[in-house]
Amino acid sequence: MAQALRRSKLSAHRGLVHGGGLSLARLAPPLTLVVLVGPLLFGLAGTLLPAFGYLPALGGTTFTTRHFETLASTPGIVRSVLTSILAGVVATFLSLAVIAGFIAGHLDSPIFARMRQLISPLLAVPHAAAAFGLAFLIAPSGFLMRLVSPWLTGLDRPPDLLIVNDPMALTMVAGLVVKEIPFLFLVALAALPQLRHGDMMRLGRSLGYGRVASFAYLVWQPLYRQIRLAVFAVVAYATSVVDVALILGPHLPPTLPVRLIEWMNDPEIAMRYLASAGAILQLGATLAALLIWLLIERVASLVTGFLRGRGRRLRRDGAVRGFALAFMALSALVVFGGIAVLALWSFAGLWQFPDALPRDFTARTWTSVLQRISGPLITTFWVGLISTAIAVVLTILCLEREYETGRGRGQRSLALIYLPLIVPQISFIFGLQILAISFGIDAGGASLVLAHLVFVLPYVFLSLSDPWRSHDPRYDQIAAGLGLSRWRALLRVRLPILLRAILTAAAVGFAVSVGQYLPTVLIGAGRLETVTTEAVALAAGGNRRVIGVYAFLQTLLPFLAFAIATGLPGLLFRNRRGLRV
Amino acid sequence: MRTLPSLAAAASLFGLAFVSAAVAADPDPEDWPKVLEAARGQTVYFNAWGGAENINSYIDWAGEQVKERFGVTVVHVKLDDTANAVAKVVAEKAAGKIEGGSVDLIWINGENFASMKRQELLLSPGWATALPNWSYVDYETKPTILTDFTIPTEGLESPWGGAKLVFFHDTARTPAASMPKSSADLLAWAKDNPGRFSYPQPPDFIGSSFLKQVLSEVMIDKAKLSGPVNDATFAEDVAPLFAHLDALHPLLWRGGKAYPQNYPAMKQKLADGELDIIFAFNPSEASAAIAAGELPDTVRSFTYTAGTLGNTHFVAIPFNAKAKAGALVLADFLISPEAQARKQDPKVWGDPTVLSLGKLGETDRALFAGLELGVATLKPDELGPALDEPHPDWMERIEGEWLKRYGAAN
Amino acid sequence: MTDTSGLKLTAVAISLAGRELIALDTRVACGEVLTVMGPSGSGKSTLLAYIGGFLDPVFSARGSVQVDGQDMTTLAAEERHAGILFQDPLLFPHLDVADNIALAIPETNGSRRDRRRMALLALSAAGLDGYGDRDPHTLSGGEKARVALQRVLMSKPRLLLLDEPFSKLDAGLRAQMRTLVFSTARAAGLPVVLVTHDEADAVAAGGAIHRVGDDL
Repeated sequence: MAQALRRSKLSAHRGLVHGGGLSLARLAPPLTLVVLVGPLLFGLAGTLLPAFGYLPALGGTTFTTRHFETLASTPGIVRSVLTSILAGVVATFLSLAVIAGFIAGHLDSPIFARMRQLISPLLAVPHAAAAFGLAFLIAPSGFLMRLVSPWLTGLDRPPDLLIVNDPMALTMVAGLVVKEIPFLFLVALAALPQLRHGDMMRLGRSLGYGRVASFAYLVWQPLYRQIRLAVFAVVAYATSVVDVALILGPHLPPTLPVRLIEWMNDPEIAMRYLASAGAILQLGATLAALLIWLLIERVASLVTGFLRGRGRRLRRDGAVRGFALAFMALSALVVFGGIAVLALWSFAGLWQFPDALPRDFTARTWTSVLQRISGPLITTFWVGLISTAIAVVLTILCLEREYETGRGRGQRSLALIYLPLIVPQISFIFGLQILAISFGIDAGGASLVLAHLVFVLPYVFLSLSDPWRSHDPRYDQIAAGLGLSRWRALLRVRLPILLRAILTAAAVGFAVSVGQYLPTVLIGAGRLETVTTEAVALAAGGNRRVIGVYAFLQTLLPFLAFAIATGLPGLLFRNRRGLRV
Repeated sequence: MRTLPSLAAAASLFGLAFVSAAVAADPDPEDWPKVLEAARGQTVYFNAWGGAENINSYIDWAGEQVKERFGVTVVHVKLDDTANAVAKVVAEKAAGKIEGGSVDLIWINGENFASMKRQELLLSPGWATALPNWSYVDYETKPTILTDFTIPTEGLESPWGGAKLVFFHDTARTPAASMPKSSADLLAWAKDNPGRFSYPQPPDFIGSSFLKQVLSEVMIDKAKLSGPVNDATFAEDVAPLFAHLDALHPLLWRGGKAYPQNYPAMKQKLADGELDIIFAFNPSEASAAIAAGELPDTVRSFTYTAGTLGNTHFVAIPFNAKAKAGALVLADFLISPEAQARKQDPKVWGDPTVLSLGKLGETDRALFAGLELGVATLKPDELGPALDEPHPDWMERIEGEWLKRYGAAN
Repeated sequence: MTDTSGLKLTAVAISLAGRELIALDTRVACGEVLTVMGPSGSGKSTLLAYIGGFLDPVFSARGSVQVDGQDMTTLAAEERHAGILFQDPLLFPHLDVADNIALAIPETNGSRRDRRRMALLALSAAGLDGYGDRDPHTLSGGEKARVALQRVLMSKPRLLLLDEPFSKLDAGLRAQMRTLVFSTARAAGLPVVLVTHDEADAVAAGGAIHRVGDDL
């Protein structure tokens, strides 16, 4: 590094920028890995040791497998684990099936463009808010039942039906699916332009294959290869999700992550051992889900291969196309409808079953919340902004470095960037908390930004790397030939052309930061409050009116970020047709 | 740039717990002027459940008052579960952080208090009885102030408010006369009205309290509840409780296959018409909910003839708190007549006071007398007898037993 | 006395995974064109990348590249001043036509406004008067090609690298652009390396021809 510094000084003296690329970019990949993998390894160690009985503060100084034995004999543990695994795999499968069917059936159609515009607002809605919205819609006393009661159902009291929190976790799966669809759709949209899908589809159809078949035989495989990591992230997320499971998941027993939180929060502090052992089990459960997913991949490719081998044209694919469109639209409708019902609740006075609308409206909830929301709002804003900015800069430098050294090289180690998406948050955040305190790192803004960065960075990288890699390198070669230094070429040519992709990646990163609950509570030690920590604390109170207000605020910030990401390039380049999407 | 230490280095972090260091002298509440002096300019991180807007507003108000009067800044760290704050102190102790901790004051009682006291995580020796405003506290007729779930408080926590198990129903749907007068009555009522009663799933605090209420009524030898569980006779002791629950569960809301998450969820279900009888630990809760438009004004309260559980909630200071003097000042302000009267106002919070009205001066007593308690709030003499909380051991054991029997049953 | 002017390639050899793609030892005088011909996939473009200084690291290359006696091999791409034209004009889509050219003018040449003025003059000279404020996307193929050529020239290149620059133009335009590019290069006294698979390009260039990939 010293050498690099000396060299850059020398070249500045000569009034020339010396070659060999950006010395900063050289540092980016190792720095990124330290920032990401460091906390992860420490956190896992901090979980692993107590799991095996080592936690001196509680008198645990010898290693033992006792806590795993206790875990194994915990009532209903097998069911908790299986529910987590299956719900995660099924939710991923359904989300992926819907977007695959939708892309296959409607690529390049007007409805496709319409859906594309809906992605940003859909992504902006946090999982918890979407889950609450779904619950308010479909519960026996929910909005849909109110709409048809009593004139259609004859009910003046809600039926005693177990819909939300059902033991099969169907509602929870539905809640996950409606939120994972927009995420996977976004990732797929980013990958599509590199696949020359238009030519492929035309080719397939000219050979007499149906739209869906053309897609499945010709486009799906390369597309899936591109989005595979994101799909793995969805599997991992869905098997270890806490908030959605808490709101919509089964109760007897709850899924494993919910039980982990309960154990970690148990006043009996020795339960931490069990919680740590459970966190390791969660790691295993997520791995198991990923293995099952690999199996599904294999079966799916065998089936497609078989159909393709038989040359099945599958021209009558109207049903598949219709279903995919219906589910796609339904998922958007559920999220927006849920948010609308939440908004209604936030202004509701008394609102009893079976009234379709509140008896009276009041701004009381809003005024009482707004009085003290400014602090958390500001914290949310700057933590998100700084962690996103760092993530974007590191991502750009890493990708720049990748470009300089040539594709393929360093890829393996950079794949570690996605590790925080695959390893369940819950499995290492508690250990990380002990670490933060051990190092005397106070609950300051810096450590919170770092904690957020661990989760923001992978998503920014995931969103930006495809457009970056598919950017035509000849632009850079022309710029170099024109005598532009790497820095100037980056600032004047590459970054402006990729501005839209960069801002979208930043918006995704910002939304991820806004949605962070566990790291904020544990690393921020509750002193640094964000809209999300406030929302979850108040959600514990179950007050629909207050939840409505917070869900709105929680949605607002990411929504603004996405609005800027879409609007700003359009404004800056309003006369540049070459940059339109 | 720091290099990545190995796992072995990470392991040594846990060893830090053994490190001991001299701790700065703790403030002495007997010398109150000195406490006030030390407190000025301090920031108190008050870790308190943040699930209710009205309580959060009240804490904001208290913070403003002590800022104005004593120069102490209060930051309300909003918890979704008190155990999180306990966990934080545990983690700090694990990391060897024996001073300058991040928690200054905790809203606490029962199980959490027992746990912290047993692990010596609290500021000691006892300080609560030396607070200037302790002279107004009604520890004579409210025994739960001195024994928190049968654990002696020994001044390690300062009382903040009272609690009594009270049931609510909507008279527009269910006549007052039909309401049960005991747990056995409630079971009979549920047989006639299946699917209209439930309780929050243990280990939710209110849900576990319901189990203790039933236990206190149906246990053969009730004296055993004041001590720890006897393993040899436990199964026999709780047999009547679980026989009662076995009979009750099929009659519950959703057939007992799902439970409301907590009290506010039950409140919503009463408003939605999903539940007919709910219960809370705060007698004025229903009036507050009516005032907030969350429940119809036809809701009323009732209790059992033979009594319901009563307890006290407290504030405590962790052993490693950074702003101990400030925490003492805040704890003292919270039991001042002014703060207590405001807290008992249903428009603010409606939490019963821990003070003895007889010990107050004329003007302070007038503050309480002037409170409009609300249509749905029972008067103190209508609340019925208070049953003592069992030893915390019982709660933990019946929660475990409940989980084993019903937690994974369907 | 040895003449060091022009481009001198000494024992240049490029290989991929041990297989030699191209080997060359030659000199291109100022104003002359070296045409490298070969089928697609023969690796002929890697020669341009090597000379320009942006060869993908998966290739291994040796040999020296000298321009007017100065060794370029160790210089960074942006210090070689090797102007390049691809088959696509690749105008920067976020800049207007004048700024596309202004960006190419070396920074030492006066203020931002000066450079924009120079860019507008260059456009006039190329018969593109009044095109300065246009969005490059709205130009015709021929116009884009001419802007791209002006852009390269205004960067004061020391040599010109042409990567099948005419292959995407229609026949009439192609002949026109050939003449324009080669005459401009000759007038500016630039050594040119042209990579193509079109014999007509080679004929029009009129210089030496090096064939690759024939014997594979």
